[in-house]
Amino acid sequence: MKRRKFLQSAGTLTIGFCWWGSSFLPPFAGENKVDSSPQAASLDSWMAIGSNGIVTVLTSKVDVGTGVLTALSQVVAEELDVAFHRIRMVTGDTDHTIDQSQTSGSRTLHKAGPQLRQAAAAARRELVRRASSRLGLPPENLTVEDGIVSGPGGKSGSVSYWELIGNKRFDLTMTAAGTGENLQLASDVPPKNPKVYKIVGTSIPRIDLPAKFCGEFMYTQDMRVPGMLHGRVIRPNHPISLPTGVDEGSIRDIPGVIAVVRKGSFVGVVATTEWSAVQAAANLKVTWSEPTIKLPANADAAFAYLRDTKSFHDQAVADKGGMQWGPTSAQQASTFQATYRWPFQMHGMIGPSCAVADVGPKTACVWTGSQGIFRTRRAVADLLGFAERDVRIVYVEGSGCYGRMCPDDAAEDAAVLSRAVGKPVRVQWMRQDEHIWEPKGSAQLLSVRARVDGQGKILAWDFMDRYHPYTAGVDNRLLAARQIGMEQTGPGALGHGFNYGKAGGGDLYGFEQQRIILAAIPWIQNDLTPLRTCNLRAPGTVARTFASECFIDEIAAHLATDPVQYRLSLPVNDSRTQDVLKAAAVKAGWMTRPSPSPLSGESTAHGRGVACSNREGTMVAAIAEIDVDKKTGKISVRRITVAQDCGMIANPDGVKNQIEGNVLQGISRALFEEVQFDESGLRSTDWGSYRTLGFEDLSEVEILLINRPELGFLGVGEAAVIPIPAAIANALFDATGIRLRDAPLTPERVKSALPS
Amino acid sequence: MRMRLSPSWYGASMQIEPEEIQLKVNGKLHLVRVDSSTPLLYVLRNNLELNGPKFGCGLSQCGACAVILSGRAVRSCVIPVGDVKNLEITTLEGLGSSENPGPLQRAFIEEQAAQCGYCMNGMIMRAKVLLDSNPAPTDAEIKRALNGNLCRCGSHLRIVRAVRRASVGKS
Repeated sequence: MKRRKFLQSAGTLTIGFCWWGSSFLPPFAGENKVDSSPQAASLDSWMAIGSNGIVTVLTSKVDVGTGVLTALSQVVAEELDVAFHRIRMVTGDTDHTIDQSQTSGSRTLHKAGPQLRQAAAAARRELVRRASSRLGLPPENLTVEDGIVSGPGGKSGSVSYWELIGNKRFDLTMTAAGTGENLQLASDVPPKNPKVYKIVGTSIPRIDLPAKFCGEFMYTQDMRVPGMLHGRVIRPNHPISLPTGVDEGSIRDIPGVIAVVRKGSFVGVVATTEWSAVQAAANLKVTWSEPTIKLPANADAAFAYLRDTKSFHDQAVADKGGMQWGPTSAQQASTFQATYRWPFQMHGMIGPSCAVADVGPKTACVWTGSQGIFRTRRAVADLLGFAERDVRIVYVEGSGCYGRMCPDDAAEDAAVLSRAVGKPVRVQWMRQDEHIWEPKGSAQLLSVRARVDGQGKILAWDFMDRYHPYTAGVDNRLLAARQIGMEQTGPGALGHGFNYGKAGGGDLYGFEQQRIILAAIPWIQNDLTPLRTCNLRAPGTVARTFASECFIDEIAAHLATDPVQYRLSLPVNDSRTQDVLKAAAVKAGWMTRPSPSPLSGESTAHGRGVACSNREGTMVAAIAEIDVDKKTGKISVRRITVAQDCGMIANPDGVKNQIEGNVLQGISRALFEEVQFDESGLRSTDWGSYRTLGFEDLSEVEILLINRPELGFLGVGEAAVIPIPAAIANALFDATGIRLRDAPLTPERVKSALPS
Repeated sequence: MRMRLSPSWYGASMQIEPEEIQLKVNGKLHLVRVDSSTPLLYVLRNNLELNGPKFGCGLSQCGACAVILSGRAVRSCVIPVGDVKNLEITTLEGLGSSENPGPLQRAFIEEQAAQCGYCMNGMIMRAKVLLDSNPAPTDAEIKRALNGNLCRCGSHLRIVRAVRRASVGKS
């Protein structure tokens, strides 16, 4: 394939500006050393050892800015017994890396950690075996330090990995069972005991940051391909309709415009310079027909729709013990009930979507920040009518995405334009493109009902989450594909698939009678509209936790019981929940008393609130301390204390970095974020119309990490965001006695609830 | 006060002839042939292949495109290149390299002050201008200076710590 040849010969060039996280192969592992159709069982498909002392690791997992590749490098270095600085990662290349499933769900360390560890363990065992032959010593008497295999006592000679195998293939087959994230490699090779870890568990600085701070790191947006043209796609700010008029004459004076590309409702421009493309897209007169569907008139209408429309699937996260709501036993029991509302929210990537595509007559290569390169390959191949093996997707890191880049609209846009003009095309979404057309986190309508006896025991718990399943998720046809005429295949859009996480609806607790239902509400409006939905960090779980943890607090308040003590009295499904709760309470200096606070300032009220979460085994307890300005209703978060148990910690500072980010995003989503819209389109079209947390809104963040190596790696990337909004809402109640059940907790909402 | 501009939709300027424009970037002279209305950001990135300044919005709302122009941090996404002929422009690359980072970049490395890092150009350039005029700012002054720069990953606390670390008397 012409393009691949170019890339391999340019390996030495590209290595200079992006050796880190690049999918360009290192020059010493040339074409004949690295498989072009990698096999999961072949060690050479995972690792190459250079005579220059560099270990190259191949993985389809990618770093979306969370530092996960640093942590994975630690895992490999540890198991292989080489110094950390020797590890280079080649990531996210459909031609050269094994499908380990997309990078999402906070499952990278959890699933790929063991996979890479086992590949490294297999490599170490093989290298020790070869050294054993070379040195004439039994393998069990050999030790390895930084790639040097030595006999006992330092007198029996030694040989290095680089001498044993440098620049050569292993030609070794490992055991391999399962696929994707369930792939089990080299299960016959015992890994090291975590007790002897020297690298995993330390705060090694991230390898990508120096380049990022000095303008040397190559993001997708910095990708340049020789002969590259610039493309933009023109979409309206309303549900996609038909472009009944495209006046190409309106841009005739813009030099460098190569083509106006039209197919179905897809309208794009390609130009020789970026500025020409931007101006062409801005000035091209396109008349759109009246859309056949409208957005809801406002948020109330969207919630009414969620409330009144029959679900097409009720997913039971829990359904046990039957539900008894009528008068029953002699126990005095009360029924509590509440409804909570969570709005549409955005990922709001700071670097709008970008991709470069080079489509030839029979093959294509796309460089993109997609978290699911194999999914993107399928989608691009389908779109172009090519076989998957003739499409190569190469991951190049974009900005932080919080779920947005699981699907990849920009890759498909670029593929359509590149095919139309027969040259590589770079598509850069503009800010409004991104705000309007990024798939959103769905609005959710949450209702909770509980039966509680006179002693505060929760007898029955009934929780329902009504939400819209993804229409721009990994199984969906995205904008370009749909606009050029392909049918939607994604289950969410067709009303027979559901996906919005599982946790957060009270499944932390083990009540005897417990029902938690996630109801998928079909909605034709979200297929080709600005309210299309996909996974947003901790999908579904943030909103469900907002409802369930606020509700627990409401019961506690009614019982005049301290919220931490109340939670500790409830049955939990995993005792680690109570550990993080106690740890957070101690660290925050929590004073035991019921809410609301007996103290209240004249103009400023102070309060504290708690909430917990368990997402796929990662436990978080968060305590929020806030001030409330009684005149304006403004909430200022003073301090968030987080206790987190995510099993084995690969890199403590990396975990803390992620927790800080999760917490600040959680504050942002709790206080500010709500996609505004009306029937005609989105009103949140740029940063000025969609508020997010800034430097003026900062809180202190205190973090306590609980390390449990025996549990292995558990998820970090989207754990700590989950309890933050509930903790803040509970703190608001503590401060003022106001219970807000609608997020975000804006000053307007607080003020109108405050007694005047 | 954060700038919250309404989009003016890139000021539709119908192009005329490209012209030869001399730019002084990171101490070096460059001659580019572009339409003078082209935003400086695109010229720096596409003509001079500098990746420091980033496209974040094109609307002067996020600060990712910041460069230093005659001692001030400015938004290169809305400045026509024709307006900056012969003025001193410094980009992120001009502050140091990963082999030899400048003091502010070193502070950011030491504080591990980023997650995805995409906003870092704006943060560092704005912080550089702050420290050049106010070498020992308070945390409140740091936050005020950076308030116009957006970070979506939530690295704000580390960014403040990094700038504090780079300030006089703190490192």
